[in-house]
Amino acid sequence: MKQDLLLFGALIVIVAMIFLLVPKPIVFSTTVSYLIIGLILLALIFIFIRTINGHFVGRRIVFLFVGIAVVLPFFMKIHQPIRVSPEVQTVYDSTAQLKPGSKVLVSFDYDPASAPELQPMAESYFRLCLEHDLKIIIMGLWPQGPQQAELALQIALADSSIVKKKLERGIDYVDLGFQTGNEFVIQRMGTDFRTMFPRDTRGIPYDSIPLLRDVRNFSNIDYSFNLSAGYPGTVEWIQVAVDRYGLKLGAGNTGVQATGMYPYLRAGQLKGLLGGLSGAAEFERATGKEGTATFYMLPQSFSHVIVIAFILIGNAAFFLGEKNKARKEQK
Amino acid sequence: MRREVPLIITAVVGVIFVIQYFIPHAPFNQFNSWFSDWFAIIGACAIWLGALNLMRISADKIYRRRSGWGYAAIIIASFLLIATIGFAGGSQFRDPGTGFDWLYTWVYSPLSATMFALLAFFVASASYRAFRARNLEATLLLLAAFFVMIGRVPVGDAIGSFIHLPESLMPSKITIWIMGFINSAGQRAIMIGIALGIVSTSLRIILGIERSYLGGD
Repeated sequence: MKQDLLLFGALIVIVAMIFLLVPKPIVFSTTVSYLIIGLILLALIFIFIRTINGHFVGRRIVFLFVGIAVVLPFFMKIHQPIRVSPEVQTVYDSTAQLKPGSKVLVSFDYDPASAPELQPMAESYFRLCLEHDLKIIIMGLWPQGPQQAELALQIALADSSIVKKKLERGIDYVDLGFQTGNEFVIQRMGTDFRTMFPRDTRGIPYDSIPLLRDVRNFSNIDYSFNLSAGYPGTVEWIQVAVDRYGLKLGAGNTGVQATGMYPYLRAGQLKGLLGGLSGAAEFERATGKEGTATFYMLPQSFSHVIVIAFILIGNAAFFLGEKNKARKEQK
Repeated sequence: MRREVPLIITAVVGVIFVIQYFIPHAPFNQFNSWFSDWFAIIGACAIWLGALNLMRISADKIYRRRSGWGYAAIIIASFLLIATIGFAGGSQFRDPGTGFDWLYTWVYSPLSATMFALLAFFVASASYRAFRARNLEATLLLLAAFFVMIGRVPVGDAIGSFIHLPESLMPSKITIWIMGFINSAGQRAIMIGIALGIVSTSLRIILGIERSYLGGD
């Protein structure tokens, strides 16, 4: 306990020192960036040789490499080609093709743990909706969801192209907040939104909100976008809102969860999918506005390469070890 | 009666929920609305119950000076701090600039994201030590993981272009193919299996054959 507190204190002091002493922003030149990449590769080759000789590196060394792979790219400027996949393009097309004034329901079903992956999606999606004059209805099946929505909304509203529009809460967008009950909330919304959300987060009665005047249930929603990190989330929206009430739904999921959504995507139950941080970066590319997800793709690329390198090193050592064992047995 | 009443409630609610799905007309649609409202009310009560139970367990840990009691004290202090600031903020407690918003943005969010980010370190370490192509199945899994990991990031296609791979063999294209076909087929098989399991378990619960949820034997 004492050791933990000391470590925690030391960490705070180090972070404070970095924050105060290091000038901002630091950007490595392209030459320095490639030099760092070369050094990391050399270190990996060294580890490879050691592992082949039977000396496995400790987990702390692996942690150090992952740490370096995640942190250093934040200071690098290397252009990476980002291709927009068909599922991401579908989300963009489904939203951009809506007529101005169409109503879009956005459900925030995640918490800050998944925010690094899902928050960039939320920001880009809100920006796209507001640019196309779509009306946004926000809700959440996770308690922290609407708070994440407000954070994304503030960023989208601060965009220069959107500030000009002078949008108003209750007319152009509304936050209905969190409601407990998981898929039962979705089920009740199928017949009447008002029963689940009698007031918005500001305490304004449902019937007094101009945007919601003609919104009774899912039949009054033109497109829905679900940002999900687990249960309740996209699966529940598909099973209840899509299959039962015919809602058009697109989704943004964490990378771990996205793999489970492909059967729904291929069956046409899901109209588009953004999977993980790469999905968010592709969506930014589709909207033509690079944001945090595009910026995070370099650390993501580095960390993936490091993990792959360690898997290859581990396997090479395994096979060479097996070969050596077989040779010794023959002798 | 302690067992019979919950069994009857379960059976009645279960049967009504099944019927309302196929007959969405009165009176079953009304039953569906009532039960959905009840579920929301029970869920709201459960949040309070959970919070109070956490406080009780943590307070007990501190009182008995059990190992890690310091963390229990942090739990209680954090809970009271967030709850007090949240309630004091009124209906607009989440607005930018409020105390709750500050705590949420600068304390809760970074801590949550940090906990989740630790996964990357453990995945890397575990992959290095345990992810081996020992047999055909493991090799297939390893190959799929390799292509999906490299194809999901832009560096995959950058490497592909550098070594002049044809367009159809670009890592991103292979990833799309793996996710759309192999992954979808596997996921569907798992989903169907789970769905059949849920149906049989639900029927056992509705019919009162499966009683383990009541506790005891």
